[in-house]
Amino acid sequence: MSKRRAFWLGAGAMVAAMAVSGAAFAADKKQPKKKDYRAAALEVMKASFQARGQATLDRLNQDEAQAACSRSAAGEPLASDLKKKMEEAQSATVKYPADSKYLGSWKSGERIAQTGRGLQFSDDPSEPAGGNCYACHQLSQQEVAYGTIGPSLYRYGKLRGNSEPMLKYTWAKLWNAQAFNACSDMPRFGHKGILTEEQLKDVMALLFDPESPVNQ
Amino acid sequence: MADPMKIRANLQADGKVLVKVLMSHTMETGQRKDSGGKLVPAHYIQSVTVTHNDKTVLSAQWGPAVSKNPFLGFRFSGGKKGDKLIVKWVDNKGETRTDEAAIG
Amino acid sequence: MIRRTRIALLAVGLAMASPTALAQDQAAEGIAQYRDMLEDDNPADLWELRGAELWKTPGGPKGASLEKCNLGLGPGIVKGAYVRLPRYFADTGKVQDLESRLITCMMTLQGRSFEEATKQHFGSGSEKKSNMEALVTWIAAESRGMKIQVSTTHPKEKDAYEVGKQIFFFHGGPHDFACSTCHSQDGRRIRLQDLPNLTTPEGARKGFGTWPAYRVSQGEVRTMQHRLYDCFRQQRFPEPRYASDAITALTMYLAVSANGGEFAAPAIKR
Repeated sequence: MSKRRAFWLGAGAMVAAMAVSGAAFAADKKQPKKKDYRAAALEVMKASFQARGQATLDRLNQDEAQAACSRSAAGEPLASDLKKKMEEAQSATVKYPADSKYLGSWKSGERIAQTGRGLQFSDDPSEPAGGNCYACHQLSQQEVAYGTIGPSLYRYGKLRGNSEPMLKYTWAKLWNAQAFNACSDMPRFGHKGILTEEQLKDVMALLFDPESPVNQ
Repeated sequence: MADPMKIRANLQADGKVLVKVLMSHTMETGQRKDSGGKLVPAHYIQSVTVTHNDKTVLSAQWGPAVSKNPFLGFRFSGGKKGDKLIVKWVDNKGETRTDEAAIG
Repeated sequence: MIRRTRIALLAVGLAMASPTALAQDQAAEGIAQYRDMLEDDNPADLWELRGAELWKTPGGPKGASLEKCNLGLGPGIVKGAYVRLPRYFADTGKVQDLESRLITCMMTLQGRSFEEATKQHFGSGSEKKSNMEALVTWIAAESRGMKIQVSTTHPKEKDAYEVGKQIFFFHGGPHDFACSTCHSQDGRRIRLQDLPNLTTPEGARKGFGTWPAYRVSQGEVRTMQHRLYDCFRQQRFPEPRYASDAITALTMYLAVSANGGEFAAPAIKR
């Protein structure tokens, strides 16, 4: 089992197709009768999906974390040491703002939090992507149409203050939520290039600015 | 050609006939834009007539405020089981559809 | 004076009482009211009427109708077919859902090409009407109220189920989303939309057992194919091909998870 884990960690740079067929090979040797449905599923998906607009087929190539999280979701829970290693690897991806300024405009941040568009095959790639924070989180009290997949962030800054460590922690969480919680449901907004540094600063301001509706 | 309407007409315990009509129509208001930003031309039902034994029991003038695939329900007196009911609509493009049903 | 203050507070309390719950209630109430007005009617009935006609209408190069189409229970048998799909078909050697099976029939019985059989599978307005959605609505309506009973006894059915399950939990794309990101927990919602937990029989029945449905917000009947297509769009995945094996497999996973539930479609939804 630990060999397999080591394999998965090592396979990070490989494309998912190769990683999966490699795993299939390893599994076949141990239990020749058990079908590798993960590999089969990837095969089926590659044949079933087509590129459209910005949504190209390479989106089906899983990175190491996506592959591990898929296995975990499908019923093979992550061992705690693997979880820790994954979090460390994700943590290493966080880039902090070069000018050490964390806060932009909360007004722009609110717009980003409201916008659900971006990176879908139906979206115009020249338009900036949104963060769609409200899909999963409560933020301001005015917006009542919020989802409950993530926790409420109402009064985020008011409750926590805006000390340097708190700003840094929150920046890292937005950049790569899996740095703190492997296989988090939250997209890795900075790491995956969904939001730009400037947009992230605006979302930070939405969370921390005393004037922001989040802190009223 | 326009699609058929779904008409149900039933004699109630109080002697009145309950009529329910579901119509298939796009009911474009003329205010909506398509994905390319172009206005979608108005296309909606303008008049509806319901006839029972050659007598008009309902006539209505509709506009773009009525929803897509409109549903119309009303009651009238004087109908008997087996009587024929004719529903006709005409839209702003002159298209029309007539369907009939027997009172059950 | 004290009394007055209390009354004022009470009023404020009422006004403030969970605006979310209020907005949610209003949306849910609006649709419930609309359903009440329609009573047993559903605009999907219009698709159903059209589908029943289309089934009998000769078409394609061979000028044949679909009346001899075998949906799994024998040529022409429609009642109860939907609640047993997807299933394995020996003539194609594949597991097929209703939509891919209808394509097979349009090709073999009517002599249409795949392209012709699948053009305009998702309808939009009166200009782009979809025959597929009308046929599916009618065929589904013929199974309304029956128990969902999808089999996994054939090895290929079992394979499709297992592959579908892997697809359900497959994380990918720039947002790392999988179906399970939104649909593997109870009581969650996205914005104000309740999300069924599709990993439980109850949730799967709510999901699988209520499609096809008339979407009030779109003024169209949508099928399971369309539901999954639009989920993948929002997952930021590439575009799933219509009636492709990945969609069939995923449908198989959901249908089998929903087994034993009562089929409640064609339904009416937001």
